[in-house]
Formats: sequence, C-alpha cells, structure tokens
Amino acid sequence: MSLSLDDVSRIARLARIEISSAEAERTRDQLNGILAFVAQLQAVNTDGIAPMAHAVDVVQRLRPDTVTEPDRRDAFQAIAPETEAGLYLVPKVIE
Amino acid sequence: MTWEVVIGLETHAQLQTKSKIFSGASTAFGAEPNRQACAVDIALPGVLPVLNREAVVCAIKFGLAIGAEIAPRSIFARKNYFYPDLPKGYQISQFEIPVVSGGGLTITVGAGETAYEKFVHLTRAHLEEDAGKSLHEDFHGKTGIDLNRAGTPLLEIVTEPDMCSSTEAVAYAKALHSLVTWIGICDGNMQEGSFRCDANVSVRRPGAPLGTRREIKNLNSFRFLQQAIDYEIQWQINEIEEGRKIQQATVLFDPDTGETRSMRSKEDAHDYRYFPDPDLLPLEIKADWIAEVKAGLPELPQAMQARFQSDYGLSAYDAATLAVTRSSAQFFEETVNVAGKENAKACANWVMGELAARLNRDEKDISASPIAAAQLAGMVKRIADGTLSSKLAKEVFEALWSGEGQDADAIIEARGLKQVSDASAIEPIIDEVLAANPKSVEEFRAGKDKAFNALVGQIMKATKGKANPQQVNELLKRKLS
Repeated sequence: MSLSLDDVSRIARLARIEISSAEAERTRDQLNGILAFVAQLQAVNTDGIAPMAHAVDVVQRLRPDTVTEPDRRDAFQAIAPETEAGLYLVPKVIE
Repeated sequence: MTWEVVIGLETHAQLQTKSKIFSGASTAFGAEPNRQACAVDIALPGVLPVLNREAVVCAIKFGLAIGAEIAPRSIFARKNYFYPDLPKGYQISQFEIPVVSGGGLTITVGAGETAYEKFVHLTRAHLEEDAGKSLHEDFHGKTGIDLNRAGTPLLEIVTEPDMCSSTEAVAYAKALHSLVTWIGICDGNMQEGSFRCDANVSVRRPGAPLGTRREIKNLNSFRFLQQAIDYEIQWQINEIEEGRKIQQATVLFDPDTGETRSMRSKEDAHDYRYFPDPDLLPLEIKADWIAEVKAGLPELPQAMQARFQSDYGLSAYDAATLAVTRSSAQFFEETVNVAGKENAKACANWVMGELAARLNRDEKDISASPIAAAQLAGMVKRIADGTLSSKLAKEVFEALWSGEGQDADAIIEARGLKQVSDASAIEPIIDEVLAANPKSVEEFRAGKDKAFNALVGQIMKATKGKANPQQVNELLKRKLS
C-alpha cells in the first residue's frame, strides 16, 4: 500500500493541518516509508491470534463513582483567550 | 403505489451516575456554565481518563434486561471530529467491540382490538461520553461553549432496522424509555436531554433492496419523533415518485414548521477515523460481576405485567397501564397488599382512575402522591365491605388527598359518611318521598322508567347520599309493585 498526493491532502484536511505542495510530497514519502515498515509486520502470519487493542496485556482499572473534582473554572478561564458569563468564546460556529 | 418504510433508532440514554464517565467532575444538572468541567473534561494536556465503575454497571444492567450478550472484554475507541464543544478533538466511544450486543425488546403497538406485539432486535449498546453545549446566541458574533455536559456518561442503544411505521418507532421508544427508567440507569428526562433519539428512515418498494436512508438527529420528545418520521417518509416518497434519488444525509427536525431539513454537512464529515484509545485499556467484565449485578436487578416490567394478570386477574391492558413505571407498579402492589387480593381490581381502578387523574392535574409523580398506598387501601376495603358507597368514597378520597383526615375510617366516622344499609332506616324516607312525589309515582305506573330514577335521586338526596343505592332500588321496587 502506498499513498498518493491526494491521500495526503485529504488526511491533512481531516486533521486540520495546512501543508504546502512541497510539504505534501515530503510527507507522502515519509508516510510511505512508515507504511513499508507496516507491510513487513503484516507479512507475519497472525491467523488464530485475537487482535490486541493495547500494547500491554492488562485490563482497565475502574474508578468508584464519586465526585472528586472541585470547581476550578476561574483558574481554567484565566488562560482562555476569551470568556464571557462563564462561557468559553470561540469564532462563530454555523451548521 | 405502495411503499415499505424501514426505520432504525439510535437512542442516547444519559446514565444516572454522580460523576462523569472518565473524570471525577459532577454530572448534576443545572450548574452555572463550566463549573462542573474539570481538567479532563476540558482536555488540558497531560490528563488521563479513568473509567467510572458505575457507568459499566449501568451497561451491564441494560444488557441483562434486554437479554443481550455482555462482552467479557470490550474496547474504547476514539471517534475523531472537530467541533468546539468537543475539546479533545475526539469523542471516547466504543466501536469494534461494544459492551452490549444483541438482545431486544417486545413492544405493543397500538391499543384495543388492533393492538399487536412485535420484537425489536437490538444491534448493540455502547458506552461513550457526551459533548459540551454550544450556545449560538449572540456573544458579539461569537459562539459560547459550556463544557459541563462534556464527559457525561451515555449509553447509545442501536436497533436493527426493524420498525416499519412512526407508530412502531414511538412504541419502541416508549418501551425503551420505560425500561431504562425502570432499571434506574437513566432518569428519562427528555426536556433536559437525558433521553434523545436519532431515527434512520428509508423507503422502498415491497421486496426491493433497502433504500438510501436519511438520519434525523436529536428528537427529544415522542411527539417530535412521530412528526419527524411521518414528514420524512412522505418527503422521500415524493422525491422518488418525482424521479429524484435520495442522497444519504443527516437532517434536523424543525418543530415549528414540522419539517425536516438537511444539515449542510461538509465532505468527509463522516470519516471519523476510529481507532482504539491508547489511554484506555480493555474493559474486562467477569461472570461473577455480571451475576452480582443480576442479583440486584428489580423485577422487569414484562415479568411484572404477567404476574399482575395471573396473580390478581387483571387484564393485559390494566397490567400494562399499572406497570408503565416502577413507582406506579409498586404503589399498586402496596395497595393490594393492604386491601387484599380479592380487591385487586378495585385497587387497580382507583390507582389508574381517580388517583392518576389527580396526580396528573397537580403534575405530581405517583412516588410523591399525597395519598399513601395504605390509605387508599383502607378506603377500598370500606367500599368492598359496604361501609362506604362509591359516591361518598370520592369525598373520602378528597379528604385523604388534602390531608384533612389520616385514614378512611376516621373520615367516615367524623363526617358521618357511613352507608345506610338498614332497611328500617331507609323505608320511612322512601315513604316520605313517595308521598311528596305522587306525580312521579303515577308516571312510573304508567310505564315511564325515568320516573323511577327520579325517585331514587330524591331518596338519595334525602339521605344525603348515604343510603345504599342497591338497597334503595330494591326497596323502592317492592313498594311500587
């Protein structure tokens, strides 16, 4: 599998990353290099082995259902670019 | 030209936990904006999600209640999209291996003679986090973001495309709503968005392959669900009959116009690039945990309805009406326990009739009923043993409702409402009434049945409603014959 320049620009658009055409070519070559490594891994026969979702074979620890987090809105909003009436303000979103 | 309608529903049920699914922030409704959004919820760098055990318990309860398979190991995935009320840039959800799969719900569609049952298959139910809220009112041309809701635990419940009318879809949604509130995993408050439905709708010719579907988002009332689906079905049929093709789309329902309209969705909008969340290890649910949850489950609505029919001789309709909520079913059962099984039907009638009407008028839930089950039962017993006429029972009910009396016996005593069934006490009154109404007596003898009722009315009035009406009827008949 190898990626085209169109694939690269689509991935960039999905990730909201702006790249120039020169960067797109370099990125394509780098991504294809990574995919070549993956191709080597895929050559290994994994028939009958359940896919893992995580690199280590341990399970999720769970938390009791208790409220432990205090209200720290003032501290969080002190570093926000813009707030009003307790809300974070962002450029207008229109659906 | 006939068309077949195919509908599947996706429901987001907000789980009743105290804290969020991946953080220790509170989930209480109605806080000031962003007061319940902690570092995890607002996605500050370096934070890690830790799964709330109670959210998993809710999912297990649901899986057990619908006869589904509960995955011994399930995976959390990142669903990637950009929106300001989703600060991480992805929603933590489940994709490949959901916690619950399969199972289903038996629904009753319609009422009366034409009612029928149907089994709706569920595809899956998975745990995920809710997003925040965007407020589009004017903040100097900007959008305000409130992240209190971000990270609230949801169970997304997905059906197979098993429903074929808006009526079936609403019957399913109501049955599901009843179940999730019954087992106590969701408060079911639709106004506050605790239970919201997306409907996937398509139409096809009978026997043809599935048509292209459009998804109606965020329907937060049963009425809107019905209206939106009906409108959408007609719209799709019109489009096809006029020679146009249906494009797969996400649409919104506008309650003001009653129409659905397509959201301007960008290209690639549905490419969520799911992948396992490296921050969360697989969720393991062992058999003993499932057994422990199962032991704590309440009797389920359908089992209870069957029992009400077999133990108390109620009709299927009465049983379903009483078991519409757990609190109503419990109230009924407490009433019967005091009043006795032989009075079960009378108890059912009072709970579904006068009590339900009064609760409805005062917008009270039955769990907050001013009349306790034992008080209602005390009154039912006095009607059954002939102490109280059903007419005067209304007055006792009123007194219990307003708290003017503690129990039926005390009220009957204090107000002298005891039914008079003593012939020697009733007869002189009948004689008086007959003497005072010779015209009615004549009319009755001439064959006018109405005149009889008029006389009964006079006698009841003369006894202030306390005479046993059945006995008045019998005595009067004897005297006039």
